[in-house]
Amino acid sequence: MKLAIPSDGKLLSSPVSRSFGRTSYFIVADTEATDFTVIDNAAAAAQGGAGIKAAQSIADSGAEIVVTFHCGQNAADVLKDAGIKILKATAGTAADQIEAFKKGSLQELTEIHAGYHGGHK
Amino acid sequence: MQIAVLSGKGGTGKTFVSVNLAAVCENAVYIDCDVEEPNGFLFLKPKIEKTKTVEVTIPEIDESRCSGCRDCVRFCRFNALAFLKGKPRLFPELCHSCGGCSLICPTKAIREIPRGIGVIEQGASGKLSVLSGTLNSGEATGVPIIRRLIQKIPSGRTAVIDCPPGSSCTVMESIQDADFCLLVAEPTLFGLENLKLAAQLVKSFKKPCGIVINKDTADTELIDRLAEQENIPILLRIPFDRGLARTTARGELAVNSKTYGAIFRDLMKRIRETAGGKS
Repeated sequence: MKLAIPSDGKLLSSPVSRSFGRTSYFIVADTEATDFTVIDNAAAAAQGGAGIKAAQSIADSGAEIVVTFHCGQNAADVLKDAGIKILKATAGTAADQIEAFKKGSLQELTEIHAGYHGGHK
Repeated sequence: MQIAVLSGKGGTGKTFVSVNLAAVCENAVYIDCDVEEPNGFLFLKPKIEKTKTVEVTIPEIDESRCSGCRDCVRFCRFNALAFLKGKPRLFPELCHSCGGCSLICPTKAIREIPRGIGVIEQGASGKLSVLSGTLNSGEATGVPIIRRLIQKIPSGRTAVIDCPPGSSCTVMESIQDADFCLLVAEPTLFGLENLKLAAQLVKSFKKPCGIVINKDTADTELIDRLAEQENIPILLRIPFDRGLARTTARGELAVNSKTYGAIFRDLMKRIRETAGGKS
Protein backbone atom coordinates (compact mmCIF):
# COMPACT_ATOMS: atom_id res chain seq x y z
CA MET A 1 0.00 0.00 0.00
CA LYS A 2 1.38 3.40 -0.99
CA LEU A 3 1.08 6.23 1.55
CA ALA A 4 1.64 9.96 0.99
CA ILE A 5 2.47 12.13 4.00
CA PRO A 6 2.94 15.91 3.97
CA SER A 7 6.26 16.52 5.64
CA ASP A 8 8.50 19.37 6.74
CA GLY A 9 11.61 17.52 5.55
CA LYS A 10 12.83 14.92 3.09
CA LEU A 11 13.40 12.11 5.57
CA LEU A 12 11.28 9.44 7.19
CA SER A 13 12.32 11.05 10.47
CA SER A 14 10.94 14.45 9.37
CA PRO A 15 7.89 15.76 11.23
CA VAL A 16 4.48 15.65 9.58
CA SER A 17 3.56 19.07 8.16
CA ARG A 18 0.66 20.99 9.69
CA SER A 19 -0.43 21.93 6.20
CA PHE A 20 -1.48 19.78 3.27
CA GLY A 21 -1.58 22.02 0.20
CA ARG A 22 1.33 24.19 1.24
CA THR A 23 3.58 21.55 2.77
CA SER A 24 7.20 21.68 1.59
CA TYR A 25 7.37 17.97 0.75
CA PHE A 26 5.38 14.79 0.53
CA ILE A 27 6.95 11.53 1.61
CA VAL A 28 5.54 8.71 -0.50
CA ALA A 29 6.29 5.34 1.03
CA ASP A 30 5.26 1.80 0.19
CA THR A 31 4.31 -0.22 3.26
CA GLU A 32 5.72 -3.36 1.58
CA ALA A 33 9.14 -1.80 0.99
CA THR A 34 11.71 0.17 2.95
CA ASP A 35 12.51 2.79 0.34
CA PHE A 36 10.46 5.90 -0.28
CA THR A 37 10.26 8.84 -2.64
CA VAL A 38 10.03 12.56 -1.94
CA ILE A 39 7.76 14.91 -3.84
CA ASP A 40 8.89 18.52 -3.84
CA ASN A 41 5.54 20.26 -3.44
CA ALA A 42 5.40 22.80 -6.25
CA ALA A 43 1.98 23.91 -4.96
CA ALA A 44 3.53 25.40 -1.80
CA ALA A 45 4.07 28.71 -3.60
CA ALA A 46 0.87 28.66 -5.68
CA GLN A 47 -1.19 31.84 -5.80
CA GLY A 48 -4.35 29.87 -5.29
CA GLY A 49 -5.61 26.33 -5.56
CA ALA A 50 -2.60 24.90 -3.72
CA GLY A 51 -4.67 22.02 -2.34
CA ILE A 52 -5.81 21.03 -5.82
CA LYS A 53 -2.31 21.10 -7.27
CA ALA A 54 -0.83 19.21 -4.33
CA ALA A 55 -3.56 16.57 -4.48
CA GLN A 56 -2.99 16.24 -8.22
CA SER A 57 0.69 15.42 -7.69
CA ILE A 58 -0.25 12.84 -5.08
CA ALA A 59 -2.75 11.27 -7.45
CA ASP A 60 -0.02 11.17 -10.11
CA SER A 61 2.40 9.52 -7.68
CA GLY A 62 0.13 6.50 -7.45
CA ALA A 63 -0.43 6.85 -3.69
CA GLU A 64 -3.59 5.19 -2.39
CA ILE A 65 -3.68 6.76 1.08
CA VAL A 66 -2.94 10.25 2.39
CA VAL A 67 -2.09 10.72 6.07
CA THR A 68 -2.52 14.36 7.08
CA PHE A 69 -3.62 16.62 9.94
CA HIS A 70 -5.71 18.88 7.77
CA CYS A 71 -7.25 18.83 4.32
CA GLY A 72 -9.32 21.46 2.52
CA GLN A 73 -12.49 20.79 0.58
CA ASN A 74 -10.98 21.19 -2.89
CA ALA A 75 -8.05 18.91 -2.13
CA ALA A 76 -10.41 16.36 -0.61
CA ASP A 77 -12.52 16.46 -3.79
CA VAL A 78 -9.47 15.77 -5.94
CA LEU A 79 -8.32 12.92 -3.70
CA LYS A 80 -11.81 11.46 -3.68
CA ASP A 81 -12.01 11.57 -7.47
CA ALA A 82 -8.65 9.84 -7.62
CA GLY A 83 -9.90 7.15 -5.24
CA ILE A 84 -7.44 8.11 -2.50
CA LYS A 85 -8.41 7.66 1.14
CA ILE A 86 -7.60 10.36 3.72
CA LEU A 87 -6.47 9.33 7.22
CA LYS A 88 -5.80 11.59 10.17
CA ALA A 89 -2.15 12.00 11.12
CA THR A 90 -0.95 11.65 14.68
CA ALA A 91 1.83 13.74 16.21
CA GLY A 92 5.31 12.64 15.19
CA THR A 93 7.35 11.82 12.12
CA ALA A 94 6.50 10.40 8.72
CA ALA A 95 7.84 7.03 9.89
CA ASP A 96 5.48 7.14 12.89
CA GLN A 97 2.53 7.46 10.51
CA ILE A 98 3.65 4.44 8.49
CA GLU A 99 3.99 2.37 11.66
CA ALA A 100 0.61 3.52 12.93
CA PHE A 101 -0.93 2.66 9.56
CA LYS A 102 0.55 -0.85 9.65
CA LYS A 103 -0.95 -1.34 13.13
CA GLY A 104 -4.29 -0.14 11.80
CA SER A 105 -4.53 2.61 14.40
CA LEU A 106 -5.11 5.58 12.08
CA GLN A 107 -8.62 7.02 11.87
CA GLU A 108 -10.28 8.41 8.81
CA LEU A 109 -10.04 12.24 8.53
CA THR A 110 -13.62 13.42 8.86
CA GLU A 111 -13.10 17.15 9.34
CA ILE A 112 -12.60 18.67 5.94
CA HIS A 113 -12.22 22.44 6.28
CA ALA A 114 -13.61 24.91 3.77
CA GLY A 115 -10.10 26.01 2.80
CA TYR A 116 -8.09 29.12 3.53
CA HIS A 117 -8.98 30.99 0.38
CA GLY A 118 -8.14 34.46 1.56
CA GLY A 119 -5.70 35.28 -1.19
CA HIS A 120 -7.88 37.81 -2.97
CA LYS A 121 -8.86 40.02 -0.11
CA MET B 1 -14.77 63.63 -10.74
CA GLN B 2 -14.37 60.23 -9.12
CA ILE B 3 -13.57 60.11 -5.41
CA ALA B 4 -12.55 56.72 -4.00
CA VAL B 5 -12.95 56.24 -0.26
CA LEU B 6 -10.65 53.60 1.19
CA SER B 7 -9.01 52.78 4.50
CA GLY B 8 -7.05 49.58 4.66
CA LYS B 9 -8.60 48.55 7.95
CA GLY B 10 -12.27 47.61 7.99
CA GLY B 11 -14.65 49.38 10.33
CA THR B 12 -12.93 52.76 10.20
CA GLY B 13 -15.90 54.49 8.59
CA LYS B 14 -15.56 54.20 4.80
CA THR B 15 -19.26 53.77 4.28
CA PHE B 16 -20.11 56.45 6.84
CA VAL B 17 -17.90 58.97 5.03
CA SER B 18 -18.96 57.82 1.53
CA VAL B 19 -22.72 58.01 1.98
CA ASN B 20 -22.59 61.34 3.76
CA LEU B 21 -20.19 62.82 1.25
CA ALA B 22 -22.32 61.64 -1.67
CA ALA B 23 -25.44 62.99 0.01
CA VAL B 24 -24.14 66.59 0.13
CA CYS B 25 -23.18 66.64 -3.57
CA GLU B 26 -25.75 67.77 -6.07
CA ASN B 27 -26.51 65.10 -8.61
CA ALA B 28 -23.82 62.64 -7.46
CA VAL B 29 -23.45 58.90 -7.89
CA TYR B 30 -22.71 56.60 -4.97
CA ILE B 31 -21.06 53.27 -5.82
CA ASP B 32 -20.75 50.52 -3.24
CA CYS B 33 -17.76 48.40 -4.29
CA ASP B 34 -17.54 46.53 -0.99
CA VAL B 35 -19.18 43.60 -2.76
CA GLU B 36 -18.52 41.08 -0.01
CA GLU B 37 -20.51 43.15 2.43
CA PRO B 38 -22.19 46.12 0.79
CA ASN B 39 -24.10 48.23 3.29
CA GLY B 40 -24.31 51.73 1.84
CA PHE B 41 -27.92 51.05 0.89
CA LEU B 42 -28.80 50.78 4.59
CA PHE B 43 -28.24 54.54 4.81
CA LEU B 44 -29.34 55.66 1.37
CA LYS B 45 -32.45 53.44 1.20
CA PRO B 46 -32.72 53.77 -2.57
CA LYS B 47 -35.55 52.71 -4.79
CA ILE B 48 -34.03 49.85 -6.81
CA GLU B 49 -34.75 50.30 -10.50
CA LYS B 50 -32.62 47.58 -12.02
CA THR B 51 -30.98 44.37 -10.85
CA LYS B 52 -28.56 42.60 -13.12
CA THR B 53 -26.65 39.36 -12.73
CA VAL B 54 -22.90 39.64 -13.23
CA GLU B 55 -21.48 36.77 -15.21
CA VAL B 56 -17.97 35.57 -15.79
CA THR B 57 -16.92 32.91 -18.26
CA ILE B 58 -15.67 29.51 -17.21
CA PRO B 59 -14.53 26.59 -19.33
CA GLU B 60 -16.83 23.74 -20.29
CA ILE B 61 -14.94 20.63 -21.27
CA ASP B 62 -16.22 18.14 -23.81
CA GLU B 63 -14.73 14.95 -22.37
CA SER B 64 -15.27 13.05 -25.62
CA ARG B 65 -12.82 15.38 -27.37
CA CYS B 66 -10.27 15.52 -24.51
CA SER B 67 -7.04 13.72 -25.36
CA GLY B 68 -5.74 13.87 -21.80
CA CYS B 69 -2.67 15.92 -22.68
CA ARG B 70 -3.10 18.10 -19.57
CA ASP B 71 -1.95 21.26 -21.32
CA CYS B 72 -4.87 23.11 -19.71
CA VAL B 73 -3.99 21.84 -16.23
CA ARG B 74 -0.39 23.00 -16.61
CA PHE B 75 -1.46 26.32 -18.07
CA CYS B 76 -3.88 27.32 -15.30
CA ARG B 77 -1.92 29.30 -12.75
CA PHE B 78 -4.88 29.37 -10.39
CA ASN B 79 -5.05 25.57 -10.32
CA ALA B 80 -8.71 25.56 -11.26
CA LEU B 81 -8.21 22.40 -13.33
CA ALA B 82 -7.18 18.89 -12.35
CA PHE B 83 -6.95 15.65 -14.28
CA LEU B 84 -8.02 12.51 -12.47
CA LYS B 85 -8.63 8.96 -13.59
CA GLY B 86 -8.43 9.99 -17.21
CA LYS B 87 -10.87 12.88 -16.87
CA PRO B 88 -10.47 16.64 -16.58
CA ARG B 89 -12.09 18.27 -13.57
CA LEU B 90 -12.89 21.95 -13.11
CA PHE B 91 -13.10 23.94 -9.86
CA PRO B 92 -15.21 26.83 -11.17
CA GLU B 93 -14.86 29.12 -8.15
CA LEU B 94 -11.07 29.21 -8.63
CA CYS B 95 -11.29 30.13 -12.32
CA HIS B 96 -10.24 33.71 -13.12
CA SER B 97 -11.91 33.62 -16.55
CA CYS B 98 -8.72 34.24 -18.52
CA GLY B 99 -9.86 31.89 -21.27
CA GLY B 100 -6.34 30.48 -21.65
CA CYS B 101 -7.36 26.84 -21.32
CA SER B 102 -9.78 27.08 -24.23
CA LEU B 103 -7.13 28.75 -26.40
CA ILE B 104 -4.43 26.25 -25.55
CA CYS B 105 -6.46 23.05 -25.92
CA PRO B 106 -5.06 21.24 -28.98
CA THR B 107 -8.24 19.24 -29.60
CA LYS B 108 -10.62 22.18 -29.06
CA ALA B 109 -12.40 20.29 -26.29
CA ILE B 110 -12.90 23.46 -24.21
CA ARG B 111 -15.39 26.25 -24.80
CA GLU B 112 -16.36 29.10 -22.56
CA ILE B 113 -19.76 29.37 -20.89
CA PRO B 114 -21.21 32.06 -18.60
CA ARG B 115 -21.53 31.65 -14.84
CA GLY B 116 -23.27 34.11 -12.47
CA ILE B 117 -21.19 35.27 -9.50
CA GLY B 118 -23.33 38.07 -8.11
CA VAL B 119 -25.57 41.04 -8.89
CA ILE B 120 -25.46 44.76 -9.47
CA GLU B 121 -28.36 46.84 -8.22
CA GLN B 122 -29.04 50.26 -9.61
CA GLY B 123 -31.41 52.84 -8.22
CA ALA B 124 -31.98 56.32 -6.89
CA SER B 125 -32.17 57.94 -3.50
CA GLY B 126 -33.59 61.42 -4.01
CA LYS B 127 -31.26 63.17 -6.46
CA LEU B 128 -28.53 60.66 -5.81
CA SER B 129 -27.95 57.78 -8.24
CA VAL B 130 -26.76 54.63 -6.53
CA LEU B 131 -25.02 51.46 -7.64
CA SER B 132 -24.21 48.50 -5.45
CA GLY B 133 -22.63 45.13 -6.14
CA THR B 134 -23.11 41.92 -4.19
CA LEU B 135 -20.88 38.90 -4.59
CA ASN B 136 -22.47 35.49 -4.03
CA SER B 137 -21.09 33.83 -0.93
CA GLY B 138 -18.39 31.26 -1.54
CA GLU B 139 -16.98 33.07 -4.55
CA ALA B 140 -13.24 33.68 -4.63
CA THR B 141 -13.15 37.19 -6.04
CA GLY B 142 -15.38 40.22 -6.43
CA VAL B 143 -13.11 41.87 -8.98
CA PRO B 144 -15.37 41.19 -12.02
CA ILE B 145 -18.32 42.84 -10.24
CA ILE B 146 -16.25 45.86 -9.22
CA ARG B 147 -14.92 46.22 -12.76
CA ARG B 148 -18.47 46.34 -14.08
CA LEU B 149 -19.58 48.80 -11.38
CA ILE B 150 -16.76 51.19 -12.33
CA GLN B 151 -17.70 50.91 -16.01
CA LYS B 152 -21.26 51.90 -15.16
CA ILE B 153 -20.29 55.23 -13.59
CA PRO B 154 -21.74 57.97 -15.82
CA SER B 155 -19.12 60.48 -16.92
CA GLY B 156 -19.34 64.13 -15.95
CA ARG B 157 -20.88 63.48 -12.56
CA THR B 158 -19.34 63.45 -9.12
CA ALA B 159 -18.92 59.83 -8.12
CA VAL B 160 -18.18 58.59 -4.61
CA ILE B 161 -16.73 55.07 -4.62
CA ASP B 162 -17.08 53.17 -1.36
CA CYS B 163 -14.14 50.74 -1.57
CA PRO B 164 -13.73 47.32 0.02
CA PRO B 165 -11.41 47.05 3.04
CA GLY B 166 -7.80 45.99 2.61
CA SER B 167 -5.33 47.04 -0.03
CA SER B 168 -5.31 44.22 -2.57
CA CYS B 169 -6.93 43.43 -5.97
CA THR B 170 -10.48 44.51 -5.13
CA VAL B 171 -9.29 47.88 -3.83
CA MET B 172 -6.96 48.43 -6.79
CA GLU B 173 -9.84 47.73 -9.15
CA SER B 174 -12.03 50.21 -7.24
CA ILE B 175 -9.56 53.12 -7.29
CA GLN B 176 -8.02 52.79 -10.70
CA ASP B 177 -10.07 55.45 -12.46
CA ALA B 178 -10.37 57.68 -9.39
CA ASP B 179 -9.29 61.32 -9.57
CA PHE B 180 -8.90 61.49 -5.81
CA CYS B 181 -8.44 58.97 -3.00
CA LEU B 182 -9.83 59.72 0.42
CA LEU B 183 -8.17 57.68 3.17
CA VAL B 184 -10.36 57.15 6.22
CA ALA B 185 -8.27 56.42 9.29
CA GLU B 186 -8.97 55.74 12.92
CA PRO B 187 -6.39 56.78 15.52
CA THR B 188 -5.33 53.33 16.71
CA LEU B 189 -2.16 51.35 16.12
CA PHE B 190 -4.08 48.86 14.00
CA GLY B 191 -5.63 51.74 12.09
CA LEU B 192 -2.21 53.26 11.50
CA GLU B 193 -0.61 50.07 10.15
CA ASN B 194 -3.45 49.54 7.69
CA LEU B 195 -3.43 53.19 6.72
CA LYS B 196 0.25 52.85 5.81
CA LEU B 197 -0.61 50.06 3.37
CA ALA B 198 -3.50 51.99 1.86
CA ALA B 199 -1.33 55.11 1.54
CA GLN B 200 1.40 53.07 -0.15
CA LEU B 201 -1.15 51.71 -2.63
CA VAL B 202 -2.55 55.14 -3.44
CA LYS B 203 0.97 56.53 -3.92
CA SER B 204 1.94 53.74 -6.28
CA PHE B 205 -1.13 54.66 -8.34
CA LYS B 206 0.04 58.30 -8.18
CA LYS B 207 -3.36 59.52 -7.03
CA PRO B 208 -3.87 62.78 -5.20
CA CYS B 209 -5.13 61.95 -1.74
CA GLY B 210 -6.15 63.21 1.67
CA ILE B 211 -6.92 61.77 5.08
CA VAL B 212 -10.10 61.87 7.14
CA ILE B 213 -9.54 60.95 10.77
CA ASN B 214 -12.66 59.31 12.10
CA LYS B 215 -13.45 58.67 15.76
CA ASP B 216 -11.00 61.43 16.62
CA THR B 217 -10.04 61.33 20.26
CA ALA B 218 -7.63 63.86 21.67
CA ASP B 219 -4.70 61.62 20.82
CA THR B 220 -4.16 61.31 17.08
CA GLU B 221 -0.40 61.69 17.09
CA LEU B 222 0.14 58.35 15.34
CA ILE B 223 -1.86 59.38 12.31
CA ASP B 224 -0.63 62.98 12.37
CA ARG B 225 2.96 61.82 12.18
CA LEU B 226 2.30 59.50 9.24
CA ALA B 227 0.40 62.25 7.42
CA GLU B 228 3.36 64.54 7.87
CA GLN B 229 5.94 61.95 6.81
CA GLU B 230 3.97 61.00 3.73
CA ASN B 231 2.97 64.55 3.04
CA ILE B 232 -0.74 63.75 2.90
CA PRO B 233 -3.10 66.51 4.04
CA ILE B 234 -5.58 65.80 6.82
CA LEU B 235 -8.80 67.15 5.38
CA LEU B 236 -11.19 66.45 8.21
CA ARG B 237 -11.31 65.24 11.80
CA ILE B 238 -14.61 63.68 12.80
CA PRO B 239 -14.98 63.69 16.58
CA PHE B 240 -15.62 60.61 18.66
CA ASP B 241 -19.25 61.48 19.24
CA ARG B 242 -21.94 59.30 20.83
CA GLY B 243 -24.72 61.21 19.12
CA LEU B 244 -23.12 60.50 15.77
CA ALA B 245 -22.81 56.81 16.61
CA ARG B 246 -26.49 56.77 17.52
CA THR B 247 -27.52 58.40 14.26
CA THR B 248 -25.45 55.94 12.26
CA ALA B 249 -26.71 52.93 14.22
CA ARG B 250 -30.25 54.00 13.30
CA GLY B 251 -29.24 53.93 9.64
CA GLU B 252 -29.62 57.67 9.25
CA LEU B 253 -27.38 60.13 7.43
CA ALA B 254 -25.36 62.46 9.64
CA VAL B 255 -25.62 65.25 7.08
CA ASN B 256 -29.32 65.63 7.81
CA SER B 257 -28.12 67.71 10.75
CA LYS B 258 -26.97 71.26 10.09
CA THR B 259 -23.59 70.74 11.74
CA TYR B 260 -22.58 67.67 9.76
CA GLY B 261 -24.13 68.93 6.55
CA ALA B 262 -21.74 71.89 6.75
CA ILE B 263 -18.79 69.66 7.73
CA PHE B 264 -19.23 67.35 4.75
CA ARG B 265 -19.84 70.20 2.30
CA ASP B 266 -16.58 71.67 3.51
CA LEU B 267 -14.86 68.30 3.07
CA MET B 268 -16.06 68.20 -0.53
CA LYS B 269 -14.67 71.66 -1.10
CA ARG B 270 -11.29 70.69 0.32
CA ILE B 271 -11.21 67.53 -1.83
CA ARG B 272 -11.77 69.61 -4.95
CA GLU B 273 -9.03 72.02 -3.93
CA THR B 274 -6.56 69.22 -3.14
CA ALA B 275 -7.39 67.37 -6.36
CA GLY B 276 -6.33 70.45 -8.25
CA GLY B 277 -9.37 72.06 -9.73
CA LYS B 278 -10.83 69.00 -11.42
CA SER B 279 -14.59 69.14 -11.60
